[in-house]
Amino acid sequence: MSLIRLAGIERVFHLGDSTVHALNRLDVAIESGEYVAIMGPSGSGKSTLLNLLGLLDRPDAGSYHLEGRDVTTLSPDEQAAVRSRRIGFVFQSFHLVPRLTAAENVALPMMLAGIPAAERTQRVAQALKDFGLDRRADHRPDQLSGGQRQRVAIARATIMQPAVLLADEPTGNLDRATGDDVINLLEALNQRGMTLIVVTHDQKIGSRARRQLMMEDGELRHDSLRDGALPAA
Amino acid sequence: MRSADILRFARDAATGYPLRTSLSVLAMAIGVAAVVVLTALGDGARRYVVEQFSALGSNLVIVLPGRSATGGFSPANAVTTTPRDLTVDDAFALTRQPSVRRVAPLAVGNSEINANGRLREVVVAGTTSTYLDIRSFNMAQGAFLPEADWNRGAPVAVIGSKIKQEIFGAAPAVGELVRLGDRRLRIVGVLKSVGQGLGMNTDEVVFVPVSVAQNMFNSNTLFRVLIEARSRGEIEAVKQEAAAVLKARHGGEEDITVITQDAVLATFDKLLRALTAAVAGIAAISLAVAGILVMNVMLVAVTQRTGEIGLLKALGARGATIRNAFMAEAAMLSLVGAFTGYGLGLLGAFVLRRMYPVFPAYPPDWAVIAALGTALGTGLLFGIMPARRAARLDPVQALMKH
Ligand SMILES: Nc1ncnc2c1ncn2[C@@H]1O[C@H](COP(=O)(O)OP(=O)(O)OP(=O)(O)O)[C@@H](O)[C@H]1O
Ligand SMILES: [Mg+2]
Repeated sequence: MSLIRLAGIERVFHLGDSTVHALNRLDVAIESGEYVAIMGPSGSGKSTLLNLLGLLDRPDAGSYHLEGRDVTTLSPDEQAAVRSRRIGFVFQSFHLVPRLTAAENVALPMMLAGIPAAERTQRVAQALKDFGLDRRADHRPDQLSGGQRQRVAIARATIMQPAVLLADEPTGNLDRATGDDVINLLEALNQRGMTLIVVTHDQKIGSRARRQLMMEDGELRHDSLRDGALPAA
Repeated sequence: MRSADILRFARDAATGYPLRTSLSVLAMAIGVAAVVVLTALGDGARRYVVEQFSALGSNLVIVLPGRSATGGFSPANAVTTTPRDLTVDDAFALTRQPSVRRVAPLAVGNSEINANGRLREVVVAGTTSTYLDIRSFNMAQGAFLPEADWNRGAPVAVIGSKIKQEIFGAAPAVGELVRLGDRRLRIVGVLKSVGQGLGMNTDEVVFVPVSVAQNMFNSNTLFRVLIEARSRGEIEAVKQEAAAVLKARHGGEEDITVITQDAVLATFDKLLRALTAAVAGIAAISLAVAGILVMNVMLVAVTQRTGEIGLLKALGARGATIRNAFMAEAAMLSLVGAFTGYGLGLLGAFVLRRMYPVFPAYPPDWAVIAALGTALGTGLLFGIMPARRAARLDPVQALMKH
């Protein structure tokens, strides 16, 4: 059983008279523990795909099975529960809550899930230590560097031990060196079994993934698993 | 999400934006403070009047000549037009009733007092020795009108403290001869000042025996007859006895009106309560305005924190959780505003009492409860719309706004 199975997925946006097929008859299966890079030109539908995988958006057609369960037909609250327990997000612009400290930001998913404060404190402390942030626990986002912010965001995304980690351009706002640190961190998580799906423009980062999905005009043009290695460009 | 966490999250969100938070708290506070201070004023006025009435003397029943309009119009009354005079003998007849402790007739007119080389307009009240006790007045100097036959009063007068001050200054007045209209009277006493009362200011009245006053004004009728019942429970009995006695004496006609202090008081009480409620209602409008401000502030908050809302959804927050968090924030703004306003209102009432010590400006309980309730209610009511808007935000769109 695949972790993720998309079949005939379509997503259409209507802008005035024109319609945009952001995703066009997409069929993809991703196994548990995979490391996947989604690549392609701007506007090719990468973010749209990631939002769909993260249940932030619904397809106009097709089915999405997560861990064998059809999640497109779930009610909004059921989808929220799936997002809470099974999915972690990492964003290009970190999306930390500015008034909350690093520790509070990391604790946020547990707070939303109704986990008692005592358990939260303990798990947050462990996570901050794991991500080398224990001395930054009481810092607010504006007192952290870009790399530290993204590390806080990753700690937050993984604190609920999700099945899959979705990252949209996680290094987009970082310089090369910090970006590499962040990628290393994500890969380390993947090595410990977490499924990792990264959207990136960066050829170098994309090539580090074991599997590349090339998007173009809402269609999957190339899947390194199915079509073999990328043709040398 | 746990309730305690929702509250803490909402509190942090509110304190995270001090300017807009303090603005809406202020608006709510002003609204509540307005209600508290204005109702304190209104209710203070009511208490003031009630106290003034109580100062009239306890267990008081008042007889006035003429049928009151509330008695209804009857053709029989219409034929016999002019009511009979309410005379001193009528008043005296009432003293023999079982439930009556004291009776004081009262005839009132204007005149001039001329003494010590000064001339002054005064109100002349003709009454009897019993008046002092019925009204619970005290003497500053001398004695009140002597006990005597009501129809043959001595040529004496008792003056109010202000008249004494204006005519005699610090010099003694008791024993002095004064001219009142065309009479020469000897002053036997000066009343202790009682301050501004309802109706006539006793400090500016000259009291003379009722027969002297009636001769002076050439009139047989009394302005009022004041009756003191033996006890509070006998007020009603006095009312009936007075009505019966006077009806018998007036050839079977009910041409007098008997009112009790309670009835007059109840009317004033009702009137002033209504006034207070009206004032409270007007002040409550400011609460509605404050509610609208809270709504605006919350709408701004939702716009400002769109990215955060998207994030919360991505992290697994249900729509209801987000709605509750924003509702809790709106409720907190209203609640803090309401209690701040309550404090300010109490302070305002305190200042009022300090400035006008005779005026018991305490806000009534109902007004305080209503103000706090309305503040919280409007805050929540106007918080619903922004909170629902937040809960309904599309997470993808929301996340793009940062
Ligand atoms: N909410 C929307 N309304 C209308 N059109 C949209 C919306 N979201 C995405 N699109 C369109 O769908 C297409 C795919 O967008 P998407 O954001 O997935 O591209 P992308 O591959 O992530 O691009 P980039 O690399 O620039 O982030 C684009 O043509 C975009 O204009
Ligand atoms: Mg994108």
